[in-house]
Amino acid sequence: MKYLYLVWCGLKRKKLRTLLTLFSIVVAFFLFGLLGAIRQALAGGVSMAGADRLVARHKVSIIQMLPISYEPRIAALPGVTAVVAQTWFGGVYQDPKNFFPSIPVEPAEFLAMFPDFVLPAAQRQAWLATRTGAIVGRTTAERFGWKLGDRIPLRSPIWRHEDGSDAWEFDLVGIYDGAKKGTDTSQFFFRYDYFDEGRAPDRRGEVSWFTLRVNNPALADQLAATVDREFANSPYETKTEPEGAFAQGFAQQVGDVGAIMTGILSAVFFTILLVVGNTIAQGVRERTAELGVLKALGVSNGRVLGLVLGESCLLAALGGGAGLGGAWLVTLGGSPVPSLLPIFYLPTADLLAGLALIAALGLLTGLLPALQAGRLGVAEALRHHT
Amino acid sequence: MSTPNGPLIEIQDVEKIYRRGAEEIHVLSGLNLTVARGEFLALMGPSGSGKSTLLNLLGGLDRPDRGTVTVEGKRIDQLSDRQLAAWRARHVGLVFQFYNLLPAMTAERNVELPLLLTDLSRRERRQHVATALAIVGLAHRTRHYPGQLSGGEQQRVGIARAIVTDPTLLLCDEPTGDLDRKSGDEILGLLQALNREQGKTILMVTHDPHASARASRTVHLDKGQLSADPPA
Repeated sequence: MKYLYLVWCGLKRKKLRTLLTLFSIVVAFFLFGLLGAIRQALAGGVSMAGADRLVARHKVSIIQMLPISYEPRIAALPGVTAVVAQTWFGGVYQDPKNFFPSIPVEPAEFLAMFPDFVLPAAQRQAWLATRTGAIVGRTTAERFGWKLGDRIPLRSPIWRHEDGSDAWEFDLVGIYDGAKKGTDTSQFFFRYDYFDEGRAPDRRGEVSWFTLRVNNPALADQLAATVDREFANSPYETKTEPEGAFAQGFAQQVGDVGAIMTGILSAVFFTILLVVGNTIAQGVRERTAELGVLKALGVSNGRVLGLVLGESCLLAALGGGAGLGGAWLVTLGGSPVPSLLPIFYLPTADLLAGLALIAALGLLTGLLPALQAGRLGVAEALRHHT
Repeated sequence: MSTPNGPLIEIQDVEKIYRRGAEEIHVLSGLNLTVARGEFLALMGPSGSGKSTLLNLLGGLDRPDRGTVTVEGKRIDQLSDRQLAAWRARHVGLVFQFYNLLPAMTAERNVELPLLLTDLSRRERRQHVATALAIVGLAHRTRHYPGQLSGGEQQRVGIARAIVTDPTLLLCDEPTGDLDRKSGDEILGLLQALNREQGKTILMVTHDPHASARASRTVHLDKGQLSADPPA
């Protein structure tokens, strides 16, 4: 600890330069944290996907519909233990910017299929008993200040009534929470029977996809092929895949966010690496005589090496810690755009990766200047000044 | 081993060569020197005569290419880098022409630097620092940074740093070279007091005959060879 002050003095030797470098590290790690939260938000569906769940959709595209009549046929296939039909409703509340996923489902089957959504028993009963009933995740309920018993009007640009109206009304009977931290609690679910009777007759019986549970996840691939074979050569051929792959495909409609993020972060870190490395190296060059004095006073080569490495590590720790901490605090406040990024938090894995990057940044940027300082001859170093 | 009354420093047949490409520069050639304990020796000579090189060899900052350097009975030319560093910390106090204080540290922190290598507690270190600064007459400037001190005061801090560990010998490289006459005289007086009152062995490199007059003995170095000061 008694050398910490010496390390600190090395950094405050050029205050402005140190501050600017520190600021660049703070920004880099703040971005790293935020991008980690965004990536988590976009891949949220993937991370909460069940290993024993498959999704069957139209072979061509998710926007192509499948007939509800497929449901009993899928359920009858050996290895399938449950099936739930879901449809993209695309509802908006009052204003187009108030968007959140809204999906008609069969309540009992749906809740059994997705135990991640935790609904109190009384609210579950109310949903089963109310045809116009809907449940919503706590994030969206809090976002709009909804309470149980509220009547929720939604407009759907996709699904219209027989008279051409796009306005739908639901009675809020339940507010669910997530079983896990990453559970998406922004979604709005309502009853399929109410939805099917309310939409234009020529569109009745259409659904977007089926989620099915398999009794043996190890045989999920084979079962997916069985499902697709069952409907091969029909007007509605299916593509069945694990739920995680389905969610990933959904998220990647806006591009491969993971790859984009990795690219951005790599560029940012490479730049920061050069900036910090240059700052430390320049600091060592400017303080050659001072390092010579330390050696002349009896500080060993190894300790001088440690002091310089300590400077780069302290700089990285202060900047990285502040940046990562800042990102963590910001994400604690929830999503700034709940309609786009409903799940928004800094995952522990990204936090740990950030800490590892801080250590790597400190060591990598300090290593060469530290070795250079360690090897410096005392008499030669002193001649830099005298 | 040297006895308390024997020579503190013995240099025998020392040779130091600097290489610049293919060129070899013989800075010291077959040099012999003995310094008694408690002596105040001035080392004079023209620029490039090898004064600072000799001082570096005595302080364990550099090694000779040939010959032996013995301090207090110990062959320091045979020590490893690590051993030399530890030896310097224990036995040598260095005073530089340009003070070489760390600008981001206060006077007391600068003086404390050599003590960081000891096992002393923070409190004990503070006590030693206060004593050293009091000896050089700077007890009232402890919290000042080098940039806030005059040249003379900075050199006093440098001397306090050199004596804070109570070293065996003080090596001073042109300690008054960057000071005006008045400040230089004060520094020389201080060194003289350290020699006379505290028995410190001092080797001082200087160009200045006025400074060398304060020493108990003067030797001249020219072209790598020593010659004694002619009697006044």
